[in-house]
Amino acid sequence: MAGARLGALWHVVPWVTALVVYYTAGGYLSLGTNVLIMILLTLSLDLVLGHAGIVTLGHAAYFGFGAYAAGNFAVHVHNGSLAGLLFAGALTGVFGLLTGALILHTEGVTLMMLTLAIASLVAEFANHAHFLTGGDDGLQGIRMAPLLGLFRFDLYGHTAYLYSLGVLCAWFVATWRIVRSPFGRSLDGIRQSPRRMRAIGTPVWRRLVAVYGLSAAMAGSAGALSAQTTRYASLSALSILVSGTAVVTLALGGTRRLYGAFLGATVYGVVQSFAAEIDPFRWMLVVGLMLMGVVLFAEKGLMSLVDLGRNALVGAFRRAARR
Amino acid sequence: MLYVTLLLDGIAYGMVLFIISVGLTVTMGLMRVVNLAHGAFAMTGGYVAATLVKAGVPFFLAAALSAGAVGLLGAGAELTIYRPLYRKGELAQALMTFGLAFVAIAVLTMIYGARLEPLPLPKALAGLVDIGYRTYPAYRLFLIAVGLVLAVILWRVIDGSLYGARLRAAVDNPRMARAVGINVNRLFTVTFGAGCALASLGCVIGAELLPLEPFYALRYLVLFLVVVGVGGYGNFKGSFIAALTIGMIDSAGKFFFPGVAAYLLYGIVLALLLWRPHGLVPPRSAG
Repeated sequence: MAGARLGALWHVVPWVTALVVYYTAGGYLSLGTNVLIMILLTLSLDLVLGHAGIVTLGHAAYFGFGAYAAGNFAVHVHNGSLAGLLFAGALTGVFGLLTGALILHTEGVTLMMLTLAIASLVAEFANHAHFLTGGDDGLQGIRMAPLLGLFRFDLYGHTAYLYSLGVLCAWFVATWRIVRSPFGRSLDGIRQSPRRMRAIGTPVWRRLVAVYGLSAAMAGSAGALSAQTTRYASLSALSILVSGTAVVTLALGGTRRLYGAFLGATVYGVVQSFAAEIDPFRWMLVVGLMLMGVVLFAEKGLMSLVDLGRNALVGAFRRAARR
Repeated sequence: MLYVTLLLDGIAYGMVLFIISVGLTVTMGLMRVVNLAHGAFAMTGGYVAATLVKAGVPFFLAAALSAGAVGLLGAGAELTIYRPLYRKGELAQALMTFGLAFVAIAVLTMIYGARLEPLPLPKALAGLVDIGYRTYPAYRLFLIAVGLVLAVILWRVIDGSLYGARLRAAVDNPRMARAVGINVNRLFTVTFGAGCALASLGCVIGAELLPLEPFYALRYLVLFLVVVGVGGYGNFKGSFIAALTIGMIDSAGKFFFPGVAAYLLYGIVLALLLWRPHGLVPPRSAG
C-alpha cells in the first residue's frame, strides 16, 4: 500500500537533515554535536519517563557518571574512543540498575524525590572525590586517540559529529526495537496502571529496573560522548540544570514520539545558543516560558504540530491524486 | 553542653525549613499539585524585602509587607496558571512549575544580578544572649521563637477554626467537601496564597542561614521537597517534625562529619523515604 511505504520515507528526513547539517554547518558544527548528544540524553529520558512513567528529575546523575567514567578511562586506562564509550555505558548501566533497584518500588512524587536525592548524592560525591573528578576544576587532560585508528578528532569537530551521529543512530535503532517489543508495551501498561499490570502477572519492579538500567546506560553513553568530544568533564554535567533541560526538551518535542527527542533537542539547542549570545541569563527566561507554554498550550509537544502539518500535506496529496 | 548548642542550631535551622515548607505541604496535600516553584515564591519575597530594607524600611515591616505581596502574587498565580494544572497530572505540573522557577530565577538575575543579595538583620537581633552556660546568637533564638509561635498559630487555626476544618475536609476528600457546600476553589486560592506568604517570611528571616541569591529557588528545593516528603503531604505535624529532624541532622552532620555532611543528609533522606514512602508521621485519615 502506498501509504505504508510513504510512511517509511518520513524516517529519512531527520537523518538526511543531520547529514546536511554536517556539510553546511561550518563553524556551528560543535553546536550540532552538542545537539546530537542532547538528543541521545532526551531519548534515554523518553524511555524512562515517557514510556515507563518514572518522573525523574535526576537523570543528569547518569549523564555525568558516564562523562567521568569515560574521562577517567581515557586518562588512566586507554584513550580509544569506542572502548571508552562501551566502558562508560556499561558501568553507568550497572549503576542505574543498582540505584533503580533501590528506589523503584516507590512511585509518583516520592520516587521523584528519591531521584533528586540520588542525583544530589552523586553530585556531592563528585564534588569531594578530587582524584576522580578534579572537583571544581573538572577532569582535564583527556586526549582521544583517532576513532577506529583512522579518523583523528580534528579541531573543527568533523569526526566528533559523525561519531556522535553514529552512536545516536545505534541507540535509536535499539530504542525503536525495544519500544515496539512486548517488553516495551508492558512498560506502557505499567505507566498507565501498575496495579492492573501486576494483576495480570507482570513483574513490574523487574521491568522498571531493567528499563531504568538501560536508560542509564544510554544517558551514560551521551555523557561519554560529551567528555570525549569536548575533552572535558565537569560538575555541571551532574547538575539539576542538565536534568531539567532534558525534561524540557522531551516535553517540548513530545513524549513517546520516535523523533520527539530530535525535535525538542534541536529547537532547544538552537534557541539556547542564540539566546545565550544575547544574554547568558535570558535563555533561562526563554526556556522557562517555553516550558510553561508547552504545558499550557501544546501538551503533546511540538511533534503534535508536526503531525498536523504532515496530515495536512498527506491529505492534500491524496485529494490531488484522486482527481 | 555542646549537644545543647548543636540542638539549638539544628532546631533554629529546622524552624526556617518548617516555615518555608509548610506552604508546600499544604499545596501538595490539598491541591495535589507538585509545585517546584515554591522556592521561587519564597525567594521573590526575600528579594522584595531586601529592596524594602535597602530603601530604609524597618526589617520586620519589610518582612510583613513582602509576605503580603508574595501572598497576593501566589493567589494570583493560583487563579491563572495553576488552575489548569490540577487535572493534567504530575508530569505536567512538575514541568510547568519547573519552568516557572526558571523564569523567576532569570527575572531576578536580570534585576538584581547573579551575586548574593544581602538582607541585613536589625541591630536587635545581631547580638548575643546569655543562656546560662554560654552566650548564643539572639538571631537563632528569634528563629526558634518565631517558628514555635507560627506552629502554635497554625495548629490553632487548623484544628480549631472553621477555615481549618474546611481545609482538612478538602484535603481528605475534595469531592465530598464540594458536595457539602465548601467553596473548594476559593479555599485553594486563599491557602495557596497563605502558603506562599509563609514561604516568603521564612526566606526573609532565614536569610542568614539560607543566603539569598537567584539560584535559591532550585538550590534549596530539594530540602523543601524532602521536608514535605518525609513529613507526609498535607500533614502539618509531620512537616514540623520532619523539618526539625532534618535541621538537626544537618547541624550535627556539619559538626561531626564536616566532609560528608551532605551525604549524611541525603543518605538519611533516602533511607527514610524508602522505609516510609508516605511520610514519617502517618496522616490522621490513614487506614
